[in-house]
Amino acid sequence: MVMNKNRRFITKTIFSSLIRRRSRIAVALLGITIGAAVLLGMVTLCYDIPRQMGQEFRSYGANMVFIPNNNQPTMTMPAIQAAVNLLPSEKVLGVTPFRYDAVRSNMQPYTIVGTDFSQVTKTSPYWQITGQFPTQAQQIMIGVDVANMAALKVGDKMMIAGKSKQGSRFEEEMTVTGIVKTGRSEDGFIFINLHDLSQLLEEDEQAEVVELSITASENELKQYIDTIKSNSTTIDPHLIKWVTQSETSVLGKLSSLLYLVTLVVLVLTMICVATTMMTVVMERRKEIGLKKAIGADNKSIAKEFLAEGLILGIVGGIIGAICGIIFAQVISTNVFGRSIMIEFYLIPLTIVISAVVTVVACLIPVKRAVEVKPALVLRGE
Amino acid sequence: MAIMNIDNNNTNHHNINNNNTNKTHILEVKDVSKIYGSLHALSDVNLTVEEGRWLSIMGPSGSGKTTLMNIIGCMDTPTCGSVHLDGQDITRLSLSELTKIRRDKIGLIFQQFHLVPYLTALENVMVAQYYHSMVDEKEALQALDRVGLAARAKHLPRQLSGGEQQRVCIARALINYPKLILADEPTGNLDEANEEMIMKLLHQLHEEGSTIIVVTHSPEVSQHAQTTVVLEYGKVARVVNNHID
Repeated sequence: MVMNKNRRFITKTIFSSLIRRRSRIAVALLGITIGAAVLLGMVTLCYDIPRQMGQEFRSYGANMVFIPNNNQPTMTMPAIQAAVNLLPSEKVLGVTPFRYDAVRSNMQPYTIVGTDFSQVTKTSPYWQITGQFPTQAQQIMIGVDVANMAALKVGDKMMIAGKSKQGSRFEEEMTVTGIVKTGRSEDGFIFINLHDLSQLLEEDEQAEVVELSITASENELKQYIDTIKSNSTTIDPHLIKWVTQSETSVLGKLSSLLYLVTLVVLVLTMICVATTMMTVVMERRKEIGLKKAIGADNKSIAKEFLAEGLILGIVGGIIGAICGIIFAQVISTNVFGRSIMIEFYLIPLTIVISAVVTVVACLIPVKRAVEVKPALVLRGE
Repeated sequence: MAIMNIDNNNTNHHNINNNNTNKTHILEVKDVSKIYGSLHALSDVNLTVEEGRWLSIMGPSGSGKTTLMNIIGCMDTPTCGSVHLDGQDITRLSLSELTKIRRDKIGLIFQQFHLVPYLTALENVMVAQYYHSMVDEKEALQALDRVGLAARAKHLPRQLSGGEQQRVCIARALINYPKLILADEPTGNLDEANEEMIMKLLHQLHEEGSTIIVVTHSPEVSQHAQTTVVLEYGKVARVVNNHID
């Protein structure tokens, strides 16, 4: 009961001190708020930028390939599916199988490639396509070199002849629905739906190469590869090194830069709060002297100042967290053109860090405060 | 009715005796010196104050008034000599032990009032209760009523006149029933009317049995006391009995 009355009284006086000296307090609060805002904003960006950049990087195309193991010519679709199922589904952006075979058209040899057009854009987003992907049997897409050589354009017909795996011959008239340009070997290929190709070749659906695009760091990718290797006997997974390595190195540098900035901001906040609190203590030397003269011990004085610091830290942390979310959102929208994903646990964490930093920053000023001599109030200054 | 012995020399005692030795000594200062480097702020000061006595300490600037008051008020310790307050030796106590004595036994009144600017008159009185033991709003309000400020209990110091602020300061000094009221130039910042009011309050307290020590420049303030001790160059120059009792 005694403690309650006293605690209520001192809590009230601490709040009075904060409210009735609001112009002073506003400066300290501003410092803490900016610190907390930048902290939350930066950490959110630190978290989100690799994710954002990861997606940007995926536009460079696949970062993993499956090839057949044990000198087998192809992999079966069930084996591929089983391997893909070992990967975390939310990280797999696209899985594109490729089956290659030789055909002829107008006596010219061509490579025909069976693939899954719904996945191609995900693993090879750089493909420039005129027209559309084939959607039905008897439809094909051709590389730009093929189109030039055979003088074909979208909508034209093309006779394709070949030999099935069962030994029978086929000759089909196909409609060109699209022309693809990549600047690479794809420009010389004829593309067809994998399902339609397997019909022509009279075989089960299978693939010689599977390209995968996965949003994951190099280390995670290596882990996935180990998992697949230990679970699948027919599939040999590989990293596409030039993509993953440049991605990892750029993201790593970006992250360290952001963390460094965050650390600097944290230190600056601490200095700002410490200086403000120092000024507050200097201004309140008389009050501290008086309190000591009327019987306050060092512990009470320290507790009051630290409690003020704690309240400032929490209030500044809350306001700062709100500003930080807005700050991160604005940066993300302007720089990446994407909305940011807030890790919600970062909000209470920011408030706690802000409170701790403020209290730590108050320690030196509080030490000064308890050193004030009570005799100070007796001089008629 | 009290006894007072004032002495600045071990071999030559000035005794002011009211022939009543029943009362206990509230304060005994023996051979007290305070030396800052080569400066002797106080040299061999002897002072005995009995309970219920009103004493004033006068002297020009630099005479050692403030130093003596700091020592009596448990805010400083002497370089040599001994001080007993309410029977307890306070000469070699640590700062925290002095704080406790100050809290329990001394009521301080300041020239600058020193009210906490962001607390109301009532809260300023309650602060002293808080550091002493526990807050009691009713009692604090009674203390303000006693100095005629019950109606202004919820005012902030800046909304009060100098005289009113000093009365709050007095209410705060009284709230924990101190053994000794120590006033440092209590009317130094006040006009005549307010000075009169404050002196009237001190008289009331004295009549109720409080022991009061007032440090002052002003002969007018000083003559309200039963005894005036004049300090010069850190020594007791003379003791004047004002023949009030």
